[in-house]
Amino acid sequence: MTEPGRRRFLAYLVAAPTLAVAVPYAWDLADPQAAEAAPTPPQPEEILDLGDVQNLAAAPTSGLITVRVHTDGTASFAVPRAEVGQGMTTAVAMMIAEELDLPLDRVRVTLADARPELLMNQLTGGSNSMRSMYRPVRLAAATARRRLVETAARRWGTAADRLTTDAGVVRAPDGRTATYGALATAAATATTAPAATGDLTPRDDFTVLGTPRDRIDARDIVTGRKVYGADLRVPGALPTMVRRPPTINGTVAAVHNAAAVQAMPGITDVAVITHGVAVRGATFGQCIDALRALDVDWKPGPVAGQSDDTVAAALAKALPSLGPAPLLAKTVEAEFTFAFASNSPLEPEVAVADVRPGAAEIWASLKVPIVAQEDIAKSLGLPQSAVTVHVTEGGGSFGRHLFHDVAAEAAEISQKIGKPVKLSWSRTDNFRQGRAHPMCVSRVRAAYRGGDVVQYRQQHASTKTDFSHGLGEMITANLARLPVAGNATFAEIIFQLTQSSPYSFGDTRQVLTEIPLEFHTGSMRNIYSPNVVCAEELLVDRLAAAMGKDPVAFRRAYLRDDRLRAALDKAADAGDWGRPLPDGVAQGVGLHAEYRGAAVALVEVDCRPETVNRPIEHGVTGPRVTRALVVVDVGFAINPRGLEAQMIGGMADGIALALTSSLHIKDGLPLEGSWDDYFYTRQWNTPPDMKVIVMPNTRDTPGGAGELGVAPAMAAVACAYARATGTMPTRFPINHGTLSFEPLPAEPSTPQSPTDGLDRTF
Amino acid sequence: MPTHTFTLNGKRVSVETEDDVRLLWVLRDLLGVTGPKYGCALGVCQACTSHINGKAFNPCCVPVGQIKATDEITTIEGLPATVDRDLHPMQEAWLDHDVAQCGYCQPGQIMAAVALVRRARAAGREITDADLDGLRNVCRCGTYSRIRAAIKDGATRM
Repeated sequence: MTEPGRRRFLAYLVAAPTLAVAVPYAWDLADPQAAEAAPTPPQPEEILDLGDVQNLAAAPTSGLITVRVHTDGTASFAVPRAEVGQGMTTAVAMMIAEELDLPLDRVRVTLADARPELLMNQLTGGSNSMRSMYRPVRLAAATARRRLVETAARRWGTAADRLTTDAGVVRAPDGRTATYGALATAAATATTAPAATGDLTPRDDFTVLGTPRDRIDARDIVTGRKVYGADLRVPGALPTMVRRPPTINGTVAAVHNAAAVQAMPGITDVAVITHGVAVRGATFGQCIDALRALDVDWKPGPVAGQSDDTVAAALAKALPSLGPAPLLAKTVEAEFTFAFASNSPLEPEVAVADVRPGAAEIWASLKVPIVAQEDIAKSLGLPQSAVTVHVTEGGGSFGRHLFHDVAAEAAEISQKIGKPVKLSWSRTDNFRQGRAHPMCVSRVRAAYRGGDVVQYRQQHASTKTDFSHGLGEMITANLARLPVAGNATFAEIIFQLTQSSPYSFGDTRQVLTEIPLEFHTGSMRNIYSPNVVCAEELLVDRLAAAMGKDPVAFRRAYLRDDRLRAALDKAADAGDWGRPLPDGVAQGVGLHAEYRGAAVALVEVDCRPETVNRPIEHGVTGPRVTRALVVVDVGFAINPRGLEAQMIGGMADGIALALTSSLHIKDGLPLEGSWDDYFYTRQWNTPPDMKVIVMPNTRDTPGGAGELGVAPAMAAVACAYARATGTMPTRFPINHGTLSFEPLPAEPSTPQSPTDGLDRTF
Repeated sequence: MPTHTFTLNGKRVSVETEDDVRLLWVLRDLLGVTGPKYGCALGVCQACTSHINGKAFNPCCVPVGQIKATDEITTIEGLPATVDRDLHPMQEAWLDHDVAQCGYCQPGQIMAAVALVRRARAAGREITDADLDGLRNVCRCGTYSRIRAAIKDGATRM
């Protein structure tokens, strides 16, 4: 197995007390899929996708990343990425274990602080982590192994090529052995110097990579020992919360009782900040009491007059026409509306800030810590080098932690009151003032003549997605290198880089139009794809029906990508496509290729009244996905067990987006305020039968996996629902039209905690 | 300020704070026991699920003034000791099924799972899919199907 490009790498021995090997965190060459022949010309996503652009952006500015070997025989690595549940640290540890020949449990992976010299290399997004780290991390580990072997060879006066390694031990033919720990000091260097690189293990010889492994942090998680941002204990950083305005990003006009609130039990400080009034105290409970007691007059935020209906009207107005259909062609056409959705993770937004005169220290789960550092330094009036930004383990992200607004707010509060703070948003803050996936409308049309589909058009109009976290900056640097013509906005470029119809539908065009409403938006897991793919797949089912074809057979005939076709065949077979089902129950299929991966979802949805109306207290039930299957091909699956986990999560997201979870906007504020309002998938909507099939590896390198499952899952659920009910839904989630909960009051912004917990024990 | 005394993970603890401060904040902010997670403080997400006298409850919904000196509170940190092992069988099942993704909800999921199995056993039966459907704990990573598999497996080891 060749490793193209590895000769470009130069490794260094870094001056340190024990062995430290660094390599430039360089990009690996984009390896464009061979664009298939006409009639459909290759679309931008196929030539160069979002992950490739990130790799390109990385090229000229790469810093070094360092693998260290310690005297206790362990290896460590501070990865310039955020771990938010995707299993990135486990996969990186596997890379090191493989190339260093060390048991996985002796590899420690921590999260690096903000490292400005890495520039856009320190961005966790676009399902890019595995793809960009795969070669450099392995090369550093392989070089470390080589150095350990050479050190042993010197010690024993023998040739290095006569020595072997085995699970952290160097062995000589005469039986002598030395552990890595025993060699770590001798292998170190006093001056940093270039080193000959070790050879990467050929794929066929892998014993760790490509094998199913458990999460390296699993034991800490199940014992409660894993430390998230909310669990940090920074001296003096007392609990802090914020009373927030009744409209998104509103501001404070006046506070009438700050002194009285500051005198409440446990409270130490009250301070007016950009978007509210902060309170700091001994416990978060006392902060909740205090923020609720504040008497505040508010100024409205930038979308104070907006509600679902006004946004829908603005989108309808902005949505371009699909243009003319080809002469003499028949068409199928549809239009779909997707409600706002929340990317809020389970861990409420949290950040610790300790701002002193001349220096600041920040702790938060940040996917773009360098931009956070730069921006916070500017706000505090400090040089960037005076602000230390630590990346904490995150209790989920789903796109939320691309933004550092919470860390910046913590810094603002700490500076204003002159004390360290541990700022937590409340659950209600997260839903109402957090980041939303924008409401959007997709209009789609396919034209066919005889047995041929000759044209596909998709106009996608969306409320503006905020990409201000730095993706834009990265793209700007490479704008000239992108095969996208004209003056496209950043959002349009992201759209073009991620969206690509997998079908050979002739003249194909998918276009994004944004409306500039200032909602607090951001990328949510899989960005545009769940909506765009859902719309396309529903139309494909209609098209297949119009042309008298079975949905799977039709897709198979028009797919341009062999990997998708193989995955579809596998899904149809393993998922018993076409098996007899009772009335009101149906199968649906959805597929998607992105981030150099391909995934097919096949689900069965039960829409019979006895299922739809099953009672669950304070929950929406509705149709139930009873069987779910995801077949996935990410090229090379580093950790098939982790990949399965990502697909299971993608299915849960897809079910939620199709059936139950959305934000209802009323007068500039989402009505949702708790997990019993925002209906993310719960156990009662979980498929009792959930299966993931990882296809045999089709490439030497990993594709992205963290987002890949969401779009096909959503599409499959929507298609199954349409077939089960005989009615194609046009608004998502399907229950959005009915408000299934009593909204929490808009003020005070955080509700009081209940007191009846002892009545609900079980 | 009143003093509150109770048993926490097998040890007597005393803490001074107002009566109405919810037990979750007493545990997390005052005693530094952070296994029970703050996910909503509304009794909805169940991320703080712990045990009081062996039954599952949400500390976010119990003012510390309601806790009696004779009450025994068990958080995820104290779960293994209840069976005198390094890990409770349910925790082992969680590891064997590699359930966790971000992991934030999992201590609460495990505590709820143990109580669910105990409740079924007390009723003279094993857990059913309907029992699992009734679990309210939110997992925003969507690990639900592995949770279901782990609970069924963990139950056989309890």
